[in-house]
Amino acid sequence: MKELEELNLPEDLVYTKDHEWARLEGEVVVVGISDYAQDQLGDIVFVELPEVGDSFEAGDEFGTLESVKAVSELYLPIGGEITAVNEELDDAPELINQDPYDGWIVKIKPNDPGDLDKLLDRNGYMGILKGDE
Amino acid sequence: MKDAPGTSGLILEEPLLWEKGKKGRNGMSVSASDVPAAALPEDLVGDGPDFPDLSEVDVVRHYTRLSQWNFGVDTGTYPLGSCTMKYNPKVNEKQAATPVIAAAHPMLDDELCQGTLELIYKLEKHLAIITGMDHVSAQPAAGAHGELAGMLIIDAYHRSRNSKRTKILMPDTAHGTNPASAALCGYKPVKIESGKRGILEVEDIRQLMDEETAGIMITNPNTLGLFEENIREIAAIVHEKGGLVYADGANMNAIMGIVDLKKCGVDVLHLNLHKTFSTPHGGGGPGAGPVCVVSELEKFLPYPRISFDGSEYSRDYNRPESIGRIHAFHGNFGVLVRAYSYILTMGAENLRMASQLAVLNACYLKVQLKDYLHLAYNRPCMHEVVFSDKRQLEHKITTLDIAKRLMDCGYHPPTIYFPLVVSGAIMIEPTESECLDDLDRFVAVVRRITMEAMEQPELLTNAPQRFKVKRLDETRAARQPCLCG
Repeated sequence: MKELEELNLPEDLVYTKDHEWARLEGEVVVVGISDYAQDQLGDIVFVELPEVGDSFEAGDEFGTLESVKAVSELYLPIGGEITAVNEELDDAPELINQDPYDGWIVKIKPNDPGDLDKLLDRNGYMGILKGDE
Repeated sequence: MKDAPGTSGLILEEPLLWEKGKKGRNGMSVSASDVPAAALPEDLVGDGPDFPDLSEVDVVRHYTRLSQWNFGVDTGTYPLGSCTMKYNPKVNEKQAATPVIAAAHPMLDDELCQGTLELIYKLEKHLAIITGMDHVSAQPAAGAHGELAGMLIIDAYHRSRNSKRTKILMPDTAHGTNPASAALCGYKPVKIESGKRGILEVEDIRQLMDEETAGIMITNPNTLGLFEENIREIAAIVHEKGGLVYADGANMNAIMGIVDLKKCGVDVLHLNLHKTFSTPHGGGGPGAGPVCVVSELEKFLPYPRISFDGSEYSRDYNRPESIGRIHAFHGNFGVLVRAYSYILTMGAENLRMASQLAVLNACYLKVQLKDYLHLAYNRPCMHEVVFSDKRQLEHKITTLDIAKRLMDCGYHPPTIYFPLVVSGAIMIEPTESECLDDLDRFVAVVRRITMEAMEQPELLTNAPQRFKVKRLDETRAARQPCLCG
């Protein structure tokens, strides 16, 4: 497993303490899991995705990831409606391991894009990871 | 490694049955027909099943070879945490194979299967005494089935009181089957995080329990091998809000005849006869998951209930509030026979001692290994102890590597990566079956493996080497499963 300094945590993303990332692209927010999360989970073998049109509050469970080690829940960083799911993950869940930032999971139309400001920046997230150690 | 039970040996290759044999081979000589041929009805004509042509010795060698690739409790130490892989005494097999027991047809009327009914009736009584609960149904087929039956009973109870409840409290150490069973009954699991001491804290329950919550599912001892010391206070809070307490009896082997679950405030409990009561476990064979309840819930138990009027046993189907039948005939009767045999051959004192020795063995391993493997919670443990790979990770050695190396050394690996609250968990449950000499040998091997992790890590990362198949590609197996023969 990676040391903290080996982790790829881009500066232009925001993160949650549950190890999801979010990125505003125009009017939608793209969501995935962090490099730390994919590294901890190990090889991901199945992704259970929500339906387009489903609505969630921030912090709601919106899907699950199954790795060779365990099944983990996915929590939405920001409330809103699912506008797209990454269907490529159905046949190729390894995309998340290969590049967790290219291997996005869902896109959301947020209730309030301003909620993104409540999430952690790279430094804040790194602080949480250090606390985890 | 010297002194470890594992060594190299000849492994015989064995193909699938469909790749063996030859057209025309068979296992018996069928006499020539001495009656005239007759035409078959049209609807019975068609292609036969695709069976391979094999002789008797082909088949016997096939299964014998497969069995030699296997590892079971009869082979060696099997410290698979939370599974209680205790030895299965052979006297139980003898009883279960007794022709009058084994050959009794499951559709016999009550007056013709008095012995069968008596055995179930008495087993249920014994299980009630051992657990402290009032009534038992031996019908459920295994642990998760017992959980489902138990949750259906809790649901039936709330419905009978016109109490609409939607949630159930679920500790983060619960077996995955717990939330699944509750969800099948329509309840949304609400996660409770274990406190710093690895057990549930009363305040957390007080905050989460409300009148929309059906109750709590609690495993005691929990999957960290720790006794939920606050269970009575927790039960009182749940009861105060009209909820019920479900206890998962998976870890009953720590407390048989020692803890009275009814006095702990438990309303519904399931047992795993294939864990605690020494019936065979694993290999997908049948288990049995009796569900135990307090008197108030007896009317909801699955039917038929077996009753005794002082002279005859009978099956009572007139149970209007029952959750219904949940298994055909008498449940997994062969398993019930083995558990009944175990209880009678052990007796009350020895059952209690089995639990005491199971706890003693786990505590011994905890003390002997805690300077070598990181101990997740350094507190008195019950029948199992949870370590992690925290120290070995410094050398890039993971729990999986340690488990695979243990296989090369002749041990079944412990449970790994569970419970989820401990990262890289190594959950060891020796059970009472292992004697001190065998525990010491296991300790020496684990200690040596932790040395190898630093000095010869390739021994771990390349393990196992002594098996017919080496390190499996678990990722590929999960992503591209090959499910046909």
